[in-house]
This record gives sequence, C-alpha cells and structure tokens, in this order.
Amino acid sequence: MAQPVKGLDFSAAGEAAGRVKKTLQQIGVQPSVVRRVAIVTYEVEMNIVIHARQGTLRTAIAPGRVEVVAEDEGPGIADIEQAMEEGFSTAPDQIREMGFGAGMGLPNIRRCSDELSIVSTIGRGVRMRSVISGW
Amino acid sequence: MIQYFHSVKLDREACKGCTNCIKRCPTEAIRVREGKAVILEERCVDCGECIRICPNHAKSAITDPFQRLEDFEYRVALPAPSFYGQFKPDVPPESFLQALLELGFDDVYEVPYAAEAVSLAIRRYLTEHPERRPLISSACPAVVRLMQVRFPALLDQVIPVESPMEVAAHLAKEKAVRERGLDRAKVGAFFITPCAAKVTAAKQPVGNNESNVDGVLSMSAVCGEVLKLLGSSRRNRGPLSKAGGIGIGWGRAGGENVAIGQGSLLAVDGIHSVIGVLEEVEKGKLRGVDYLEAQACIGGCIGGPLAIENPFVARVRMKNLSEISEKQGLQVDAAEVARLYAGGLFTMKKQVEPRPVMQLDRDVARAISMVEALEKTVAELPGLDCGSCGSPSCRTLAEDIVRGVAFETDCVFKLRDRVQVLAQEVLELARKVPPAMGQKGPGAGREGQDG
Repeated sequence: MAQPVKGLDFSAAGEAAGRVKKTLQQIGVQPSVVRRVAIVTYEVEMNIVIHARQGTLRTAIAPGRVEVVAEDEGPGIADIEQAMEEGFSTAPDQIREMGFGAGMGLPNIRRCSDELSIVSTIGRGVRMRSVISGW
Repeated sequence: MIQYFHSVKLDREACKGCTNCIKRCPTEAIRVREGKAVILEERCVDCGECIRICPNHAKSAITDPFQRLEDFEYRVALPAPSFYGQFKPDVPPESFLQALLELGFDDVYEVPYAAEAVSLAIRRYLTEHPERRPLISSACPAVVRLMQVRFPALLDQVIPVESPMEVAAHLAKEKAVRERGLDRAKVGAFFITPCAAKVTAAKQPVGNNESNVDGVLSMSAVCGEVLKLLGSSRRNRGPLSKAGGIGIGWGRAGGENVAIGQGSLLAVDGIHSVIGVLEEVEKGKLRGVDYLEAQACIGGCIGGPLAIENPFVARVRMKNLSEISEKQGLQVDAAEVARLYAGGLFTMKKQVEPRPVMQLDRDVARAISMVEALEKTVAELPGLDCGSCGSPSCRTLAEDIVRGVAFETDCVFKLRDRVQVLAQEVLELARKVPPAMGQKGPGAGREGQDG
C-alpha cells in the first residue's frame, strides 16, 4: 500500500495513517498492534506534512509483521540522535501554534517500533523504516 | 456467532429504501437490499443516528410496554437525568416525580441521585489509577459499543465504573428490600430512557453478565402520560426529589465532567465528533487529559431520540435546574458512597471485549489477499459514493464484493459501462451483412475490381 503525502497540507494530514489503520482492522490484526502502527504512521505522516515538500508512505503487511517505509523530499534531519530526544523540535513557530511540532514524533515512533532505521541526506530528504512484528 | 440484542428496529412497511441512513451510520452497519434497509446486527451500536435521519420514520427504538410493570409486585421508576429537562419551568421535579406514582409505580429512585454517587466513584478511581490516561466514560452505551467495533485498542481505557442507571437499579432494589421487607425478585426496576442504546445496555450489558434493570420505558411515552397526570397526585408519598444539580446535570453534554470536577477534563458529544476525538486518543495525542466524557447524542442525553423536548430548550432547563441546586453540593452521603465503593458496587464485573467485525477473514493470510483485491476493486469504482448500490460508499461496496455479498454490477455506473460495451457489440453484429447480400467479405475474389 503506497500513499502520497503532501507537505504543509494540514487538511489531509492523518488520512494516509487512517487508511492504514482501517486496512489493519480488516485484516484482523490485534488491536494493540494496530494502535502501535497507527501511531508510527500518523507521526511519520505528520513529519512529512510539517517538514517536507512531499513524500510517500508505504506499508507492507505480512502475517505477524508490518513494515512502514516513509520517504520524503525535504530538508533532511541534521542530527538524528538529537531529533530522537523528547521535546527536540525544529518545527517553525506557526506550526507549533497549530499544536504540532512538540518534539514527540520520533520518540513516539521509536517507542512503538520493534525495528527502526532512519537515513537522511541534508537537503535531499529522509527515509524511515519501521517494523512492528511479533504478533 | 453471538446473538445481538438491538433496540433499533426497522419498520419494513415504512422504509422506502432510500440511502439516508446508510450514509449516516457511524459503523457502516446498514445496507439497502431489495428496496429495504437491512441492519447488520454485529455492527450496529444502537446509537440512534438512523432513527433521527430517516425521513420516513421507518426506524425506531423498541422499548418495553407499560404492561411489563404487571410482572412485578413492587415497581420502582428510575427517571434518567435527561427526564428532568422535558418539562416546563413551572413544573418542579417533585411534581413530575409524584406523577410517576400515579402511573403505577410504587416508588421512584432518581438516576441523578445515583449519578452523584457514580461521580464520587469516578473521582476515586481517577485518583487511584493515574497510570492510564485518558480514562474514558462508560456512561453512554452507544459510545462503548462504538469502541468495541471501531476502537478496540481503547477498551482498556474505558473506566470500569458502572453507569448511573445500573447503580440506581441496584440501590433501588436494596432500598425496597430493606424498607419493605420484599423478596428482591419481586421488585422491578424500570428505567425511563431517552435513547435506544440504554435499552440495549439493560438487555445485553457489556460490563456485566446481567443488568439490574428489569424494564426500559420510552421517555416520550412516559412524558405523554405524566403530562396528563401532573397535579393529580393522590398517592403522595412525601418528597421523592432529593437529587441535586450535580446529578441532574449528567443529562446534558458537559454535565458529567462538571460533576467530576477534578483534573484535566474533555467532553465531546455527537457520535461523529466522538469518533474524531477517539481517533486523537488512539494516536496518543490526549495523554494530558485525565477523563473523557463522550456522548453519542448531540447535546448529551437530552438529545436522545426518545426525548420530547427540543434539546436546546431542554439544555436551558437543565442548566437552570442544575444551577439552583449546584450550590448545595452533592446530596449523597460521601461516607456511604465510600463504603459501597469498597464493597465493589460501582465496579464492572467483566472487561468490555472487542467486536472484531471489520475483519474480512479469520485467516490473516487470506484477509491480506482480500485487502489487495479490495484495493483493486476500489480503484475500478467511480468514487462518487452515491449509495445506489445499497452500500454507503464505493469502498464499502468493494468490501462487500470481496466478502462475496455484492457484485461489481451492483454499481449503476459499472452496469452502464457493461451495457454500453454490450450495446456496441450488438450494433457491430447488426451491421454485419452476409456476403451473399452484397458485402465484400475477406474471401472476396477479384470480381468487380477495375483492371
């Protein structure tokens, strides 16, 4: 399942993650796993909306395993370790005023993932791969 | 498969097979088949949205008939907090409660009074369990059932405290047994309901094996009778009205949170808005909130499909009633409530279980291939969500197709495409003339060709 995500499009933000959630429910994935995937996909989708020009959210579902891959074209992340810290955010003020960019996105993604890798090229974009397994 | 009880029922005669209800249903539980709406029992949460939207009044909430009172020796009326918003300002609660005795009840136990006790129990539970946030109210049965169907991951956040209706029924029976020396089985507790969901909650509870409520009467039917009987009280049994504004306030949106009055509270009403807020909780965005009051009806219980007064008028009435006595504080005895709490009276007896009705197949691998087929089918459908196929949206039709309960040609646009292709073929065939009648076939000789 591949879905495009547009940067700064707050009206559609969260819809891609919502579709992933519905699909997982139709597959019959247990609720606690659905919730973890929902948090990962929602947070990464919001990261694309807030920071990037555009991106793609891909989900691959196999029995016992969900893989989420998000790729975006954007500024990239300068220091991934720092971005993983709770409360660290580079979101501009106008986005924080909307209630986003609290610096909890990546920490939440890490909390919900069994495997996580983030690769970034400054000025090009970010590729995040998260695996939620063992169900 | 589990047999579901539902209060929301269809009158097949009145149903015209339009698409209003299928589009409004929050769990996509209705289809139109053979010109009539069909409710998918396992998905219906008895929220009553279809009752409100149906232009032909083909949907209704089934309640118990008044004759059910005859099954019990001693009958106690349990008026819901929203009942208090159904009368003109010059009718004090004492009057309409006395009128209930005229209607054939032997006593009245105010659900708002029990709501005060439940408010204390919720406060206590919130304090004792700071680890799960937000905790979600269990008072609205339609919201709890919505979560079973659409938000199963949030069920462990539903506060395991019984609803005011259930607590009132229990306390009413204890009172009758204690004061009258009656056999408990001979005491009937009758809830006066503003909605369908409470009927279902009494007939098929989710947090308990069985309910203490023996019968559920329609608020509109009871109000009709009470209005005729107002002022004709002969059986005056002394003051029946003891609930304060804090308990009565539970009948309107936000009132439950006012009664809890501690921590960070959020209130949402209207089932489609409730879905929006539960999605936020699911994303983990409302961890800073301690308690979530969520009610399926707009305006709270006064907006229930069986309430007679306009909910906005009722809200003013409720506000005035609440404010008059809010200053007096809680009318229940806190020490007594603490004793009942310790005895486990307020605690739900069992965990609310998910209803995995969205699942396409029990076998995960098969369900995955069905999802793939579903996505392909959706891409082929026009995406107009017109409802003419009897499913609420193109996506739902695709789901019904992969489940094997609908066909692609149920879509009028797909059908039209197929007819067009067929018509084209028919036209082409019609144009074909046998060679003997003059048409040049591929095997024609050189005759007629200029040399």
